[in-house]
Amino acid sequence: MKALSKKRRHPLAAVALLLFGLLVTGSLYTAAGSVSEAKAADTTSASVTDVEEGQKLFVANCATCHGMSAEGTADGPSLIGVGAAAVDFQVGTGRMPMQMQGPQAQAKPAQFDDDQISQLSAYVASLGAGPAIPDEEALDASKGDAAHGGTVFRVNCAMCHNAAAGGGALTRGKFAPTLAGVSEKHIYEAMATGPQNMPVFNDSNITPDEKRDVITFLKTIEANGSAGGAALGNLGPVAEGLFVWTAGLGIIIAFTIWLTSRPS
Amino acid sequence: MATTNEYTPSTTTGRLANFVDSRVGASGMVKEFGRKVFPDHWSFMFGEVALYTFVLLLLSGTFLTFFFDPSMTHVTYNGSYVPLKGIGMSAAMASTMDISFDVRGGLFMRQVHHWSALLFVASLSVHMLRVFFTGAFRRPRELNWVVGGVLLIMGLAAGFTGYSLPDDLLSGNGLRIIDGVMKALPIVGTYLSMFFFGGEFPGVHVIPRLYSLHIMIVPAVIILLLVIHLFMVVTHKHTQYPGPGRTNDNVVGFPVGPVYAAKAGGFFFIVFGIVAFISGLFQINPIWNYGPYDPSPVSAGTQPDWYIGFVDGALRLMPGYLGNFSFEWIIPFPWGDNTLVLSVLLPALVPAGALFMVMFAWPWIERWVTKDNREHHLLDRPRNAPFRTAMGAAGVVFYSVMWAAASSDLIATHFHVALNDVAYWLRILFFLGPIFAFWITRRICLSLQRKDREIVLHGREAGIIQMSPEGGFSEKHEEVDVYKRFLLTSYNDNKYIPAQPDAAGHVSGTEKRRAALSKFFFEDRVAPVTPSELEAAHAAHGHHEVEGEKQDSIEK
Repeated sequence: MKALSKKRRHPLAAVALLLFGLLVTGSLYTAAGSVSEAKAADTTSASVTDVEEGQKLFVANCATCHGMSAEGTADGPSLIGVGAAAVDFQVGTGRMPMQMQGPQAQAKPAQFDDDQISQLSAYVASLGAGPAIPDEEALDASKGDAAHGGTVFRVNCAMCHNAAAGGGALTRGKFAPTLAGVSEKHIYEAMATGPQNMPVFNDSNITPDEKRDVITFLKTIEANGSAGGAALGNLGPVAEGLFVWTAGLGIIIAFTIWLTSRPS
Repeated sequence: MATTNEYTPSTTTGRLANFVDSRVGASGMVKEFGRKVFPDHWSFMFGEVALYTFVLLLLSGTFLTFFFDPSMTHVTYNGSYVPLKGIGMSAAMASTMDISFDVRGGLFMRQVHHWSALLFVASLSVHMLRVFFTGAFRRPRELNWVVGGVLLIMGLAAGFTGYSLPDDLLSGNGLRIIDGVMKALPIVGTYLSMFFFGGEFPGVHVIPRLYSLHIMIVPAVIILLLVIHLFMVVTHKHTQYPGPGRTNDNVVGFPVGPVYAAKAGGFFFIVFGIVAFISGLFQINPIWNYGPYDPSPVSAGTQPDWYIGFVDGALRLMPGYLGNFSFEWIIPFPWGDNTLVLSVLLPALVPAGALFMVMFAWPWIERWVTKDNREHHLLDRPRNAPFRTAMGAAGVVFYSVMWAAASSDLIATHFHVALNDVAYWLRILFFLGPIFAFWITRRICLSLQRKDREIVLHGREAGIIQMSPEGGFSEKHEEVDVYKRFLLTSYNDNKYIPAQPDAAGHVSGTEKRRAALSKFFFEDRVAPVTPSELEAAHAAHGHHEVEGEKQDSIEK
């Protein structure tokens, strides 16, 4: 105890005390958080039917903009007939519930777990017929044709998403996101339901087999990586030009200065 | 003479050398050129970089011709790249795919070729900027400036024809824009396009035609101009920065042999190494991502290589309508209606045309305004020619706004702003940017000149604070040495020259316009310190007085 009181006036005492306080607060907060998380998991597993639970979730989280029975309001469209695939995409990629109003909903970490998403999907699907969540068979990238998928992609998707699926700009702050890292299911659902500004590519426009080919193409180029070195973001000549003007000329100038330097 | 005093070497090597030399006289040339003195400064080396990247382009390009098939024959790709296997494409695209994936070292050589092309035009541009901002284009070098400008244009031509050769989606989109610009020309447009493409776009002829231009005509013109350019550099001597011992009549530096022969030779390998390093680590123009050309798809993020970007940007900035005013006109001719598509013609031709015209004409414009027809072998420090530096900055901003517009979509996505807003802002900057750049740059130059004056008149701030017996504080100033003072006081000083009457006593309109321009350029100026001012400053022995008394020598 005497040793402790001696160190009381040490210059680092305040820092140590602060660190200790932060550590205690942080651990308590984490503990409290995990307790409430466990509670939430308990309630979902105790659901009766998916539709009923989905409706509850809907009323609590979505009805402000989409209306109490998904009929739509001035702030959000009607969801009757959008189908389970639309809900699975929008909620599964974190775009819904929206963080804020803006030119378009942004992807973010999903707010609901898989069970909750399927309950929400079940509820919205029960309101009217729409595209269903695709089955495993339709998403199996190993069964598709990458070359044909590439052709379909270039004709239908590249004008917004870029030929290498790097994403691109649309008007007034809207944009087509990069498709790198997007799951097979979400790619399929996006084509089937046309989220945000994306057009709907229905089954007569791009058949389910062709959709799978597109998925195969995207997964193949993603797995291939970039031949010939770092891809510089797959953004095309602008990135290359920027690189040559900064790194390329920068290295050259460093050498010219070295070559012409001499003790004067 | 030669018969009486014939030199006979004793060694075999010597005899061989003497045999050759007595027939071609190489030793005379080496003696003459080897003693040629060049000044040493890092900013003088960009032309060299351009030359070396051009050599690299020739080397890697020759390699590529061994495997490239410049034909638009339709083939089915069956190489190693799976996502394109079985897809129909032109032989040009298929052979480029083979170079990339099936020829050993092919992808590396393609990347060397493309990266050196980007670096070639970039170093050409920086070289021209250096020449402009230091005033190296003045008499006697005006013609070499023009040759350099044509070299830059040929560089753009070489780049664009090469960019189009793989016949991939990206370059096909670029050719489609060229087709659109051609067709926007009234009356002759469609004929010109049909002539160039050998029928309706894209046809089957354009790749072989571009190939002839790319590997034969354009490089031949570049080599010819390069020889003229270098010959003139040797004839004129190299310019040098002002400094102690450097005059208009000498060149202070090192001789070619052995110093520059070694330095420049080594620098070639350094440039080679840098390009190889970049080509080995960074991918460029991944045509397999873009796929074969097909007139229907246009990919997002379609841009030309950087050096054509400013024209693409101008096209992006141009509105099709201004309120209700359409830029697409239909002109009725006796034989029917012809369209005049100004929304394409104006941006595609006018900004680039204006930029190059002012660039080519600048040495004569400057000579006309300043009435300075003397030979200049000493360079200007950019601050000592505020009007020129400001004009250059205005040109750079004008170019850069268009250049930025070519990446408007990427600016929008990467900085999370609206694409439309980017276009609106760049349209405003297109007009106001150069004006602001001119004004701000000139102010900065004048301020730097004032700072130089101050340093000459009462020295450099030493950072030593002295306290006088009365308790006042003052900072000690150290006088600059004589070399530094020479640098700061001896520069080419342009003054406003009012309109002069000609022999008949008449002041012509042209002369009045020249005087107006001269007033605009040189009304605000900081004169170099004169010896009497310096004497007065030293005599006064206190900088406060000098500042008060001599303020009038700084005009405005």
